[in-house]
Amino acid sequence: MIPGTFEYHAPRHLDDALGLLAEYRDDGKLLAGGQSLIPVMKLRLAEPKHIIDINRIAGLSHIAETSDELRIGALTRERDLERSDIVRQRYPLLLDTANVIADPLVRNLATVGGNLAHADPANDHPATMLAYRASVVALGPNGERVIPIDDFFISAFETTLQPDEILTEVRIPKPNGRAGGAYVKLERKVGDYAIAAAAVQLSFAYDGTIAEAGIAVTNVSYTPERSSAAEAIVRGNRLTDDVIRAAAQAAADACEPTADLRGSVEYKRAMTRTMTARALRLALVRAGA
Amino acid sequence: MPTISVTVNGEERRAEIESRMLLVHFLRETLNLTGTHIGCDTTSCGACTVHWNGRPVKSCTIFAVQVDGDEIRTVEGLETGGQLHPVQEGFWEEHGLQCGFCTPGMMMTAAALLEENPHPSEEEIRFAISGNLCRCTGYVNIVKAIQYAARKQAGAEAAAAGGA
Repeated sequence: MIPGTFEYHAPRHLDDALGLLAEYRDDGKLLAGGQSLIPVMKLRLAEPKHIIDINRIAGLSHIAETSDELRIGALTRERDLERSDIVRQRYPLLLDTANVIADPLVRNLATVGGNLAHADPANDHPATMLAYRASVVALGPNGERVIPIDDFFISAFETTLQPDEILTEVRIPKPNGRAGGAYVKLERKVGDYAIAAAAVQLSFAYDGTIAEAGIAVTNVSYTPERSSAAEAIVRGNRLTDDVIRAAAQAAADACEPTADLRGSVEYKRAMTRTMTARALRLALVRAGA
Repeated sequence: MPTISVTVNGEERRAEIESRMLLVHFLRETLNLTGTHIGCDTTSCGACTVHWNGRPVKSCTIFAVQVDGDEIRTVEGLETGGQLHPVQEGFWEEHGLQCGFCTPGMMMTAAALLEENPHPSEEEIRFAISGNLCRCTGYVNIVKAIQYAARKQAGAEAAAAGGA
């Protein structure tokens, strides 16, 4: 399969990339890892006239903690998340997610920023970032703005990122005190999108109740979505079997899957319930609760 | 049309190409290096795996213009000085192939794995090759072939250390 013709640009600096974006607007498309963009170009589902390759721009591939956040450069590859000591030690939800995106070869190129900006409801990072209550940094002609993840996804393949903006960083709040997270994905085989998956991030109060809960699901709604009802059930409670069951059911009730080759609506709803319950249990174990 | 300069298997190659040309087509059609296979053409099978600056990637999902100034290693670059790479020898000795179509990609992934992790467990091998599909389902011998290569490499290193 041969993509349509385009003009290729490889700016070395963010300012140059912003200039090219401003110049070409809707005709321009940023190329990061390319593991989603190039396939859709080969299928001619996208035929951008100008490709702006940001891979030659330095300073977009960091993984570093500040006093209150984990900051991840948008161009950070999934493989680098998988191998990061910081991620391995303190961000199990993020590590789980990076480990199950596509396959190891794709993860050598695929980026966390691209996974979010592409806004495919089948992608894995959206649910994870919703569960973390992360934010993304958008750089545009008027400078930087920080977008809470809940204000980022509009619909499938649509975000509040403007055509002249570049997603430069993802910021995850540093877990405080006793906390735990997990991403549990059901897939037919390595490399496939989820039939259903659940991201859970929990923090615990001193009395063992859940102080804060982030719960979101993958590929069972048109827009990457937080399971607010499930979060409300968990928050303020101990994670007993009854609470886990009720929260998982709430996530299943709220999701809106469509039937396709991965299964019927009923099956996906049932699997959403199961994945949510498993992610809650695993997060609980990891928190040492 | 852009001109790119790429070091392929240690040799600098220059060519004028269309921006939309995929790396796998550049290798196979422009450079005539047909060891790299096109299997699914949809980023699934890994038959087109090559090393880009040392990392194994799917060359059907990269534009050739992206690798300008960089290093690419293909299956043709595994052998050095008439000596098979330990991974190639492993696939030979352990019969790590049936039809052979996935083999170049499997070997490139295996070679990269052993560079990063010289003593992988069976589980680590299976995880590493999970982006390479063998439609003959000959995974048992593929895993044995990679284990052979790991042993061979360790033996060669021990011998080199002993002789030093």
